[in-house]
Amino acid sequence: MTYIDPHIHMVSRTTDDYRRMALAGCTAITEPAFWAGFDRSSPQGFFDYYRQLTDTEPARAALYGIKHHCWLCVNPKEAEDAGFAREVMSLLPEFLEEPNVLGIGEIGLNKNSKNEMAILEEHLAFAEDRNQLVLVHTPHLEDKRKGTLLIMDAIANTKLQPNRVLIDHVEEHTVADVLDRGFWAGMTLYPETKCTPQRAADIIEIFGTERLWMNSAGDWGDSDPLAVPKAIVELRRRGHSPETIRKATLENPKTFLGQSPRFDAGDA
Amino acid sequence: MVDAYFLEHRAKLLDIAAFLDRVDRADPGTDEPEDFRITAMRNALQALDDGQGERARRVLELMSDATTDLVDTAPGKGACGTPPPSTDSGA
Repeated sequence: MTYIDPHIHMVSRTTDDYRRMALAGCTAITEPAFWAGFDRSSPQGFFDYYRQLTDTEPARAALYGIKHHCWLCVNPKEAEDAGFAREVMSLLPEFLEEPNVLGIGEIGLNKNSKNEMAILEEHLAFAEDRNQLVLVHTPHLEDKRKGTLLIMDAIANTKLQPNRVLIDHVEEHTVADVLDRGFWAGMTLYPETKCTPQRAADIIEIFGTERLWMNSAGDWGDSDPLAVPKAIVELRRRGHSPETIRKATLENPKTFLGQSPRFDAGDA
Repeated sequence: MVDAYFLEHRAKLLDIAAFLDRVDRADPGTDEPEDFRITAMRNALQALDDGQGERARRVLELMSDATTDLVDTAPGKGACGTPPPSTDSGA
């Protein structure tokens, strides 16, 4: 079965991971801009990172037959210094012209601070002005529910259409609100700090597959670039139909991402 | 369902039991207040056996910041898994 991993940070992964993902059936990925595990010391650091996302990674993925796309922004973990974030944001228009850029992301909140919200609102206005798709990061652990509600309220204050916004990292306490408000929802499959493949299967059983996808968000931390195929195995184990599995892991990403003419699902 | 998953979750239950034993051994007889994270875990454990459904959602909510206002400045970048006492609103 082929699948799409719509959120994975390949700059932090090895070529062996590309190979294993291709062997598992991955045909396309999207890579949001994120925090590297340390704060960049200058806007030039982001310039180089955006080059990596728009130039280096597509070429690396192509070696394994995987179509690579990305999202650009200043992530919320580096938004507390609002002046610095605005300097970096001034680089975005140039890179939005690159052919593998699908939109703005992953924007959102981290610790639900005032500066994070100010930069989130500026990203939302930027996306609105340019009719961009948006991929949203929701906060971690104890900050998630509060942050998710604040983010959705901020989006509601714009003209962005909910069906062009994906709210990522939903769990059992946020998924209902996200879907009820018309957004797409992403479940991130992590060993410890977000959904496991088993809990993602539970959420599909409770909420169905409408506007819901799953991703590995594989990065430099404790994560698994094969988490999506592991969730596929879990769904199979429970007797779910190939159609249900295909919708959650292939057709839904194609539908949302296909709102950008730049998206290419590869051989899926 | 139980046939397929019981042993896996029996093992996870024992992991929690052994973790709490390990915490006891680390601080035997201390007069210090219990770590807020352990208190949150004990509260969550009670929710698992209160006869009500939606346990996963309710445990996540027990371990969530229930305040609604933006904070003035971000207190670092990380999260610890349950609200620290300064932001614990009793959710």
